[in-house]
Amino acid sequence: MKRAHAGLAAGLLPVLLAAPPLQRMLEASMTAQMLVQIPLLAIAGMLLGKSLPESAANRIQPWNRGGATGLIVVTFASACWMLPLSLDAAVVSPAADLAKFLTIPLLIGLPLASSWPRMSFVLRGVLLFEALATLFRMGWLYLISPVRLCNSYGLSDQQRLGEWLLMAGTALLLCIAWQLLWGSPKAAAGAAGPPGLRAGRPA
Amino acid sequence: MRFLRTSLASVVAAAAGIAALAVATYGFTAFTTETARRVAVSRHPVPVPAVVLENQAGARFSLSALRGKWVIVDFVYTRCQDQCAVLDANFARLETMLARPIAANRLRLLSISFDPGRDTPTALAAYLARFGGRSPGWQIARPVDAADLVRLERVFGITVIADDDGGYTHNSAILVVDPRARLIEILGWRDPERAAREILGKLEG
Repeated sequence: MKRAHAGLAAGLLPVLLAAPPLQRMLEASMTAQMLVQIPLLAIAGMLLGKSLPESAANRIQPWNRGGATGLIVVTFASACWMLPLSLDAAVVSPAADLAKFLTIPLLIGLPLASSWPRMSFVLRGVLLFEALATLFRMGWLYLISPVRLCNSYGLSDQQRLGEWLLMAGTALLLCIAWQLLWGSPKAAAGAAGPPGLRAGRPA
Repeated sequence: MRFLRTSLASVVAAAAGIAALAVATYGFTAFTTETARRVAVSRHPVPVPAVVLENQAGARFSLSALRGKWVIVDFVYTRCQDQCAVLDANFARLETMLARPIAANRLRLLSISFDPGRDTPTALAAYLARFGGRSPGWQIARPVDAADLVRLERVFGITVIADDDGGYTHNSAILVVDPRARLIEILGWRDPERAAREILGKLEG
């Protein structure tokens, strides 16, 4: 994707998601908020990262060698937005919703996009393992919890989200296994695609 | 030192992250809205607005008329098939266990309906009778004004969502209002014995 296109998409996506009908629809269900709205906001941040000029990335580079700082920012920002009380707050309070629309692109998507290419094999492993563990842990919790964890959502919605999180975890696990066993076809062919798990540049 | 700046930035990011999580979870004590609400209220009591309610006898009164008494509040709707039935069975036990302060005019039980459209005084009276509630010790009432219902739900931290079969999904709690008309404690609704002990402890303290 061309830089300008990425920038345009990065700007349009949050605006589209903030449009009242879509915003209401995605926040009406716990599953949609967590598995559609939040990932799309993160993708907007990644696109923003792609649209920034090389010089900006290079200026931050000494502070983010090997993508270490980025990994920490992404970890804590994701942890904050995984709390059931944050999901509730985003539904009830416009201020919390605004915080979500700002922090997910800027503190999850953007650092992820700018740090992943710099990460070593080990750090990529840490990030992916963290993501896997979280998907399975949260999925299991939501599936078996007899009490509602969000006041804004019903129990059946919570259990459906649990199932989807477990499926997402399984899909991610299969992708990683595929990458580790056979590598991405693009990386093997030496084409300039998105760097795979093995293709980390040394810091 | 190639990694000096990165280490520095990482430490700052981690510290900020831990601080943000600590603030969001009330010092790692609350992960759900329900718990967060309980912690927040016990630290900072919330003044209860003086809204006008209509009770099971059709009589209107302001919540401020209950100033000077302890008021134990819950939120229900009379068509509720599961949760409210258990909650108000527990309220009925509270009525028995708190009979002494009720008789001494120091305490009242008050159920508030969040479905004022359907919960007419007749429906409220039938509901109260079903649980053996006796006025004036235990009253059930509905807000007269729709805007007041929103205010009450906000102050007491009640979230009501419509479910698929025309009913509501809602959080439940035993809410303790002190004689200065402040919500000071939110207690679990499944354990009336414990709630009664805590309430009696507050009355004595």
